[in-house]
Amino acid sequence: MTVASTSPPLRRPRGDGALAALFVAPAMLGFLVFLLWPTLRGVYLSFTRFNLLTPAEWVGLDNYVRMVNDPIFWDSLTVTVEYVAINIGVQTVSALAIAVLLQRLTQSAVLRGIVLTPYLMSNVVAGIVWLWILDTQLGIGNEIIAGLGFDRIPFLADETWAIPTIALINVWRHVGYTALLLFAGLQAIPNDMYEAAKVDGASEWRMFWRITMPLLRPILAVVLIMTVIGSFQVFDTVAVTTAGGPANATNVLQYYIYGSAFGRFQFGYASAMSVALLVVLSAITFLQYRLTRAGHTDLG
Amino acid sequence: MTTPTTLTSPAPAPAPTPTRAVVLPPRPRPTLGRIAAWAVLAAIMLVTLLPFYWILRTALSTNTGLAANPADPLPVGLTTGGFERALGLQSTKEAIAQGGAGGSLDFWRYLLNSVIVSTLITGCQIFFSAMAAYAFARLRWRGRDTVFGLFLAGLMVPAIFTLLPNFVLIKQLGLIDSLLGISLPTMFMTPFAVFFLRQFFMNVPREVEEAALLDGAGKIRIFFRVMLPMASTPVVTLGVLTYITSWNDYFWPLMVSYTDNSRLLTVALAMFRAQTPQTGYDWSGLMAATLIAALPMLVLFGFFARRIVSSISFTGVK
Repeated sequence: MTVASTSPPLRRPRGDGALAALFVAPAMLGFLVFLLWPTLRGVYLSFTRFNLLTPAEWVGLDNYVRMVNDPIFWDSLTVTVEYVAINIGVQTVSALAIAVLLQRLTQSAVLRGIVLTPYLMSNVVAGIVWLWILDTQLGIGNEIIAGLGFDRIPFLADETWAIPTIALINVWRHVGYTALLLFAGLQAIPNDMYEAAKVDGASEWRMFWRITMPLLRPILAVVLIMTVIGSFQVFDTVAVTTAGGPANATNVLQYYIYGSAFGRFQFGYASAMSVALLVVLSAITFLQYRLTRAGHTDLG
Repeated sequence: MTTPTTLTSPAPAPAPTPTRAVVLPPRPRPTLGRIAAWAVLAAIMLVTLLPFYWILRTALSTNTGLAANPADPLPVGLTTGGFERALGLQSTKEAIAQGGAGGSLDFWRYLLNSVIVSTLITGCQIFFSAMAAYAFARLRWRGRDTVFGLFLAGLMVPAIFTLLPNFVLIKQLGLIDSLLGISLPTMFMTPFAVFFLRQFFMNVPREVEEAALLDGAGKIRIFFRVMLPMASTPVVTLGVLTYITSWNDYFWPLMVSYTDNSRLLTVALAMFRAQTPQTGYDWSGLMAATLIAALPMLVLFGFFARRIVSSISFTGVK
């Protein structure tokens, strides 16, 4: 054995610039070409008339003026907000219930796995399955309703029922994932707190409101922001179950945007509505963040 | 395409964790409240799982049987006709006789397309994201934090906003109706994948790398031989979820694919549903097709369930 050297470990003098460039290059390419550029281009296209065949033609604010005066756009926004309200309302409460039940009753990974199974199906699959279950004549859902002596409900073919039905189908698919996120948040709450409360004779109900809710709040807030953003982008389920009908009752914003672009080739107008959606989402995120103080935790 | 935005990078493995004795609380006595709570949980599980059974039951029934006995809990007129129709194994005449549409759907083709696209997206996206994540976590270079901040800002742009302009771009590239065209936008990175893997690399102890450096390994070698293998757990978790997400994606492939060349299972399934025969839906065939489309993900999840379930958790994305 030779004594190799007495010098201290060789450290690279400074920086790994060239190497870093190599490592970041593919991701950077993807980021610039398929994320940054389309974002800027989407904004640009919203100021143009563009049918995909001839070059985009600058029209200033025309698309936005048209949008503000387009009753279908406002209907579509209303329908979307109604959908989000039902979807998020029911989903958040159910997910919270599932998470708390799992936390207080069992740590079973099997049950958590089961809760997640609907999430493994696509929205398309979930939509078709519930279309069948809720079919007015042959669906098992309506068979049960009829068996109980009530009138059959044309869930997806009726103007008032269609949106709540679609909202609940998507709750079925996503509630498990949301519940597991909240469950993970609950794991961070020290068990001692519940034990101590129990010694003091607190009921489960009281512990939920006094311990669980305050400590879960920051996580609940972030989960809420995420799910609201996702919920506003509803498309798949509408496309396979109602295709926007009956009578535009489920013409959610994303479906209207898709129709404008690919049905009527108004890419400029479709882009303007996308920008509107982006603005709405940013505003909601900002407001929710402020209102719920999402960045702060009560857990010392 | 939505990405799961809340996973925690598990802490790096090699540091042996001291085994802690788990003190189990005494089993609580069954009170009325606990029984009620279990009943509610059981009901939730039932609502979660029953549709899966109903798919199977319907897929194994005949369409005439379904019409005659809609509420029978067992398959009516047990048959594999639905699966044969979904897989295109029946002649048009047979299919129409059994209540099918008779249209030709090449399911094996769509299955293969879906496998290619999901594999391409998952493999490339995670590999490239891991490389970038390593550069952000462990290499020293000018502008690192600025670039990372830019990537993070990308998290704020809803995926759906970039779809229309990306469609225009893919069309200009002449990649409409190709599997590459479908894969390309998510093949290189997602901000979330980079963020998630960077978190993991940041937590790897410096000593691990320094030891390898002393052995004369270059940084490239360290990445491939040390860091990447150490990251197998987060990579697998992220990989499975990315695979499921791209497998289930519908909106983007719907925009890009026009013919069987690039049609994915989700798009084909929606088409199958739209081919309504005059007699009504071919529910049996439709449910069989649905099951075939969903099954690969159920199997995939089955293999990794424990790992995924325990790593879905909360990271404050700030």
